Amino acid sequence: MEILEILISANFWAAAIRIATPLIFGVLGALVCERAGVLNLGIEGIFVAGAMAGWLAVYLGLPLWAGVAIAAIVGGAFGLIHAGLTVPLGLSQHVSGIGVTMLATSLSYFVYRTALPNVSSPPRIVPFQPVDVPVLSDIPFLGPVLFSQTPLTWLAFAMVLVVAWLLYRTPLGLALRAVGDNPASVDAQGMSVTSLRIGAVVAGSALMGIGGAFLTMSAFDAFFFGMVNGRGWICIALTVFASWRPGKALLGAILFGAFDAFQVRLQTVIGSALPSQIFLMLPYVLSILALVLVARRADYPRALLQPWFQGQR
Amino acid sequence: MSTRRFALALAGMAMLALTFLIPPAAAQDGKIRVAGIYTVPVEQQWVSRIHKALNAAQERGDIEYVYSENVSNTDYERVMREYAEQGMDLVVGEAFSVERAARKVAAEYPDTAFLMGSSFPAQEPNLAVFDNYIHEPAYLTGMIAGEATESNVIGMVGGFAIPEVNRLMHAFMAGATEVNPEVRFLVSFINSWYDPPKAKEAAFAMVDRGADILYAERFGVADAARERGIKAIGNVIDTSGDYPGTILASAIWHMEPTIDKAIEAVKNDTFAAEDYGQYSYMSHGGGSLVADEELAPEGAVEAAKAKQEEILSGAFEVEVDDTEPKSTM
Repeated sequence: MEILEILISANFWAAAIRIATPLIFGVLGALVCERAGVLNLGIEGIFVAGAMAGWLAVYLGLPLWAGVAIAAIVGGAFGLIHAGLTVPLGLSQHVSGIGVTMLATSLSYFVYRTALPNVSSPPRIVPFQPVDVPVLSDIPFLGPVLFSQTPLTWLAFAMVLVVAWLLYRTPLGLALRAVGDNPASVDAQGMSVTSLRIGAVVAGSALMGIGGAFLTMSAFDAFFFGMVNGRGWICIALTVFASWRPGKALLGAILFGAFDAFQVRLQTVIGSALPSQIFLMLPYVLSILALVLVARRADYPRALLQPWFQGQR
Repeated sequence: MSTRRFALALAGMAMLALTFLIPPAAAQDGKIRVAGIYTVPVEQQWVSRIHKALNAAQERGDIEYVYSENVSNTDYERVMREYAEQGMDLVVGEAFSVERAARKVAAEYPDTAFLMGSSFPAQEPNLAVFDNYIHEPAYLTGMIAGEATESNVIGMVGGFAIPEVNRLMHAFMAGATEVNPEVRFLVSFINSWYDPPKAKEAAFAMVDRGADILYAERFGVADAARERGIKAIGNVIDTSGDYPGTILASAIWHMEPTIDKAIEAVKNDTFAAEDYGQYSYMSHGGGSLVADEELAPEGAVEAAKAKQEEILSGAFEVEVDDTEPKSTM
C-alpha cells in the first residue's frame, strides 16, 4: 500500500526527474556521437571534467550560465581529443575512450588541487535554484514535478527537442545519421566524413560536459572527486536502451531516475526486511532487464565502431 | 599510417618523460618522518581529521609530513612500499579495503611503524590500528535529536554499512531512544563515500516520509535539511559554519591524541602493535560534542552535558554495536 503511495506522489516524480537530468544530457551526447559512428567511452571522464570546470568557473566569479558554457567547452575539448584519435587516426574507439576518461578524471583532479591546494572542506558556490513558474507550478501534481525544477532541467528537456529536430528535420541531421550508417555514401555526396564525425563527437561531448556540470551547479554546490560515480557508464547503456532515438533517450533516463528514486524510498519502507545492498542494486538490475527486453530490436548505427578512410574499402 | 605511428611514438615519449618528474625523497634532519596514504581526497570528513592532526604536529616541529591522497585501493600496496623504501619512520593510513595487502607490506618492513585505520586487531610487531570511536559524542547528539524531533521520525543516511559507520548510528539511535522512546528511525545507505547528490536524494526521500531531523553521516544530507528547513546532526567534522541555523549538534572526532601518542612512541622507540582506538574516546579527548544551544530545545544540551560527565567519570558506558542498523518504521 505504501509502495503505491510512493509511486503516485509528486515528490517521487520530482526526484526522478532531478536524478534523470544529468543522464538526459549524457545519453543525448552519447547518442549524437554514436549516430555518427563513434562510441565515446570518454563520457565518464567528460562528466567529471564538466562538473569540475563549470563549478570552478563559478567559484572564480563567473556567472552560472558562463559556467555551463565553460563546462560545455571543456567537454567539447576532450571530445576533440577522442575524435582526433578515432576519426582521422582510426584508433580503437574503446581504448581511446577509456583513455580519455582516465585523462579527464585525473586532469580534473589535478586542476582542482592546483587551484585549491589547502582547503579543509570543498568550497561552495551558489548553485542554480529551483524556479517556480508562475501559474504552471500551481497545477496539481504536474506543477511540483515539472515546473519547480532548476533551469538546467528545462535545458535538458529543450535539448531533447533540439537534438530530435536536428537529427530528423535538417540536412545536417540526415548527413550525420548517414555518416554513422554508410560513410561511403556521404563521401560520394562530396561531404567530408571526417569533419562530420569530428563535429558530432565534439558536440556530443559538450552535452556530456553540461551533464557533469548539473551535478556541481544544480544537484549540489561543490565539486567532489568521485561524485560522478558511474553516471556516465549508465548513459552508454541507456543509449542502447533508447535505440539511438532522442525521445526514447528521455524516457530511458527518466525510467532510471524513477528506479533510483524508488530504491531510496523503498529502503526506508521495507529496509528492515532486506540488506541495503539489494535496494542499491535495484536500479541497475532493472536497467539490465529493460535493456535485455529492448536490445534485441536495437537498431544500432551500421557503421558504429568502424573507422573510415577515404579510398579504402 | 606514418602519422599514426608518429603520434603514438610522441605519446610514448611524453609518458617516459613524466616518469622522471617524480620528486626525490625528502632530506633527513632528525625529525620523525611521517607519510599519510589516503584513498580519498584530504577534504573527505574522515581523512581530514587525520590530515589536520598530522599538519598540527608538523607545525609544532615534531614531524616532517608528506602524504598521498586519492590513492586507489589497487595502488595502495605500491604506495605503502614506496614510502617504506624511502625510510619513513611512521606510515599513517586506512587499511579498511586493503587489509590483506597492507598487513603483508607491514610485515615486510619491520623497521617502519604503521598506524592504520582498520576494523581488525593490530598485527605484531609494527602495525597498530585506530578507528573513529566517537560513539560517545554520537550518543549525546542522539539525546539532543530525540528531544528536538516533533514528528518523532529521524532520518539517517550513511555511506557504506561498515562497522565505523554502523556503530555511530547505533549509538546515536540509543541516545535518541533514551530520551524519547517514541522516536522511529529511517535508515538508508548510498554505497558511496562521495556522492553528495545521491545522499541528498536519499535525505529528501526521508523528509517526504516525515523525518524532521536528519543524521548527516555524508556530505549532501545537511544540504537537504537546509533546503527543506529542518535540522540536521553533524558527524566527525563541525559543519555548522557552512549551514547556519541547520546543524543542531555534532559529534566531532579529534585525531590529535592518537597521532601524538604514535609520534611519541616512535620517538621513544616504543611503538608496538597496539589498538589506538581508545584514544578516540572522550576520556582521551578524541571525541567531543558541539551543540547549538540556540537551536536545541530547552534543557536538551544540559541533559547531554550531564551525560557527558557520566561518560567521562566512567559511570555510563555507550554500547559499541557494529551490526547494520535498520529502519524501525
